[in-house]
Amino acid sequence: METLDLNLTSTETLKFVMVGHVDHGKSTLVGRLLSETGFIPDNKIAHVKKVCEDQGKVFEFAFLLDGLEEERDQGITIDVAQMFFRTKKRNYVVIDAPGHKEFLKNMISGASNADVAFLMIDAEEGIQEQTQRHAYILSLLGIKQIAIVVNKMDLVKYSEKVFNDVVTTYTKYLASINVKPRTFIPISAYHGDNVVQKSVNMPWYQGESILGVLENFATHDDRSKLAARFPVQDVYKFDKRRIIAGRLESGTISIGDEIIFMPSGKSTKVKTIEKWNAPMPMTVVAGESIGLTMEDQIFVERGEIGCLKSNKTLVSDRFSANIFWMGNKHLEKGGKYILKVATQEVECVVEAILKVINSSTLEEISKNSHEVAKNEVAEIILSTKKPIAFDTFDEIPETGRFVLVSDHDVRGGGIILKNVEHVSAI
Amino acid sequence: MDHLDKLENQSVFILREAQKKFKKLAMLWSIGKDSNVLLWLARKAFYGHVPIPLVHIDTSYKIPEMIEFRDRYAKEWDLNLIVGQNKKALAEGMNYTLGRINCCTALKTNGLHQIMEQYDYKGLILGIRRDEESTRAKERYFSPRDKNFEWDFKDQPPELWDQFKTNFDENTHIRIHPLLHWTELNIWEYIKRENIPVVSLYFSKNGKRYRSLGCAPCTASIDSKASNLDEIIAELKAGKTSERAGRAQDQEDTYAMQKLRTKGYM
Repeated sequence: METLDLNLTSTETLKFVMVGHVDHGKSTLVGRLLSETGFIPDNKIAHVKKVCEDQGKVFEFAFLLDGLEEERDQGITIDVAQMFFRTKKRNYVVIDAPGHKEFLKNMISGASNADVAFLMIDAEEGIQEQTQRHAYILSLLGIKQIAIVVNKMDLVKYSEKVFNDVVTTYTKYLASINVKPRTFIPISAYHGDNVVQKSVNMPWYQGESILGVLENFATHDDRSKLAARFPVQDVYKFDKRRIIAGRLESGTISIGDEIIFMPSGKSTKVKTIEKWNAPMPMTVVAGESIGLTMEDQIFVERGEIGCLKSNKTLVSDRFSANIFWMGNKHLEKGGKYILKVATQEVECVVEAILKVINSSTLEEISKNSHEVAKNEVAEIILSTKKPIAFDTFDEIPETGRFVLVSDHDVRGGGIILKNVEHVSAI
Repeated sequence: MDHLDKLENQSVFILREAQKKFKKLAMLWSIGKDSNVLLWLARKAFYGHVPIPLVHIDTSYKIPEMIEFRDRYAKEWDLNLIVGQNKKALAEGMNYTLGRINCCTALKTNGLHQIMEQYDYKGLILGIRRDEESTRAKERYFSPRDKNFEWDFKDQPPELWDQFKTNFDENTHIRIHPLLHWTELNIWEYIKRENIPVVSLYFSKNGKRYRSLGCAPCTASIDSKASNLDEIIAELKAGKTSERAGRAQDQEDTYAMQKLRTKGYM
């Protein structure tokens, strides 16, 4: 196969998620893609075929991913699976998300880890509840590179008209939520049309196959170009050094930089950047887990965010946010939750629920509501027990997003819209 | 940053979260290549130190060379090593001929259970990876187990933006999986880059080598001429069989791993 090079030297990795309504063929496409690029072990295909034979089932590519007994029996994906393959160009992590409404929290868990997304629509069934909801969730998660896959073209006789109708309808919907898809691809995952090879059944389609589109997605990681944000994870005292440990979430930090920790506002210069069994770097970039020793012995704690003096985080005990709710128990106005932003953890109260929308139809359900139900999206105001450091999601995503915890589990996720210091500013 | 740097940075972040959030924390050390990489990453995270006790579950059926390796590096790296063994099950004659799933559950899962209870560990770090088999492909980095050790794979908590499940009920424990996003190939590339010691059973002798290590009766060697790291990496890039093909318990039943792992297997 042309795309497969065994002596690969590329070290680039792209993570993509497959989302869309239940039964629209996500797992089938992923199974097909992995098989045709040669990344399903031969003994695994043989094993799954034998299992199907023993149990009187017809072999499906989806079974290569849906490994749980309950998943194969019901023909649906329960939880997100991550698989790996590579081409001459780079390494891929494919995240196969469930399409059933009940498992939306699993879809979100998978999608929140992805760089790019494919959103699937069944050509015969058309746009369904989760087709819309998933697109909206992707936009909330900040995933900007999205391609739309129109699957099961074989069931509509590879009709160009059916494809064009889906393109027209869905483009309109996506525009309403500010999503500009890269492209629309007509495929049959079951038969392999336009998955790796271009389809002979759709000569009217001039675009790329799934793999072709995938290879053209950019992997730019622009986080290092943003302002520096260094959330403190822990402070270690090893071998007489006092090391402030954490991961640089955005920007760059160099030895000698003056760092100010927010919200406390304490500042000092970077003396060394510590790594073990590696040369000491002069500069570190976003994504690196590091340790800093400082010129002055200031007292900082987990949760504070190190910044450069020229560009600090916001500090406030009140902000507005868009949230998606995954808990079985409703989010309540006046309710107390644990808020986690980067490494900060603080008690917060839902001060106001400004509006609630149905995350599929985008219908506004209510204004000034008292609660938000599972799978709904809302704009709310949160007030925290003490001031915290953060950014708006538009400025720096890594420190502008949060989760809400209650009864030990994450129940909601959100992105910060703006600082709401004074009641009059609402 | 190349791909190995990215994998390393993510794993170090997870290990530091685990160490900060769990007072009663242990790391499982099977002596295989993955748990050796995990141990190395802990030394990266904590600047040459390993501030977490290492638990090795000795089924008594391990290959002798693995035990020698364990004792050598426990001493050399100054590790706090705790060895667990389900002595009662062994005294009653448990072995693989009584059924591999039964044997794994008794000697590994229950052996681990006993140690967890004895030391009251609330967090357990393991070196499993998503590419090993399909139930592991669905795991979370921080994955809860209930009081009976069971994994509720049908209702896993959400995990987004590296905000992990670090709040939990007293009766439960959390499995922490810092290597979940690595592949078998990544592991070997990293072993080579960092020069991490591994048991010599992984290297070919007389045309055979072990690709995955477990108990002697249930682990088969594969045909291979790969006698050094470069040859293993080349073999993996060209290969098309799965890593655990030599592990007999996986083939015992169609959903063997699901059954084992639901009950608390690694």
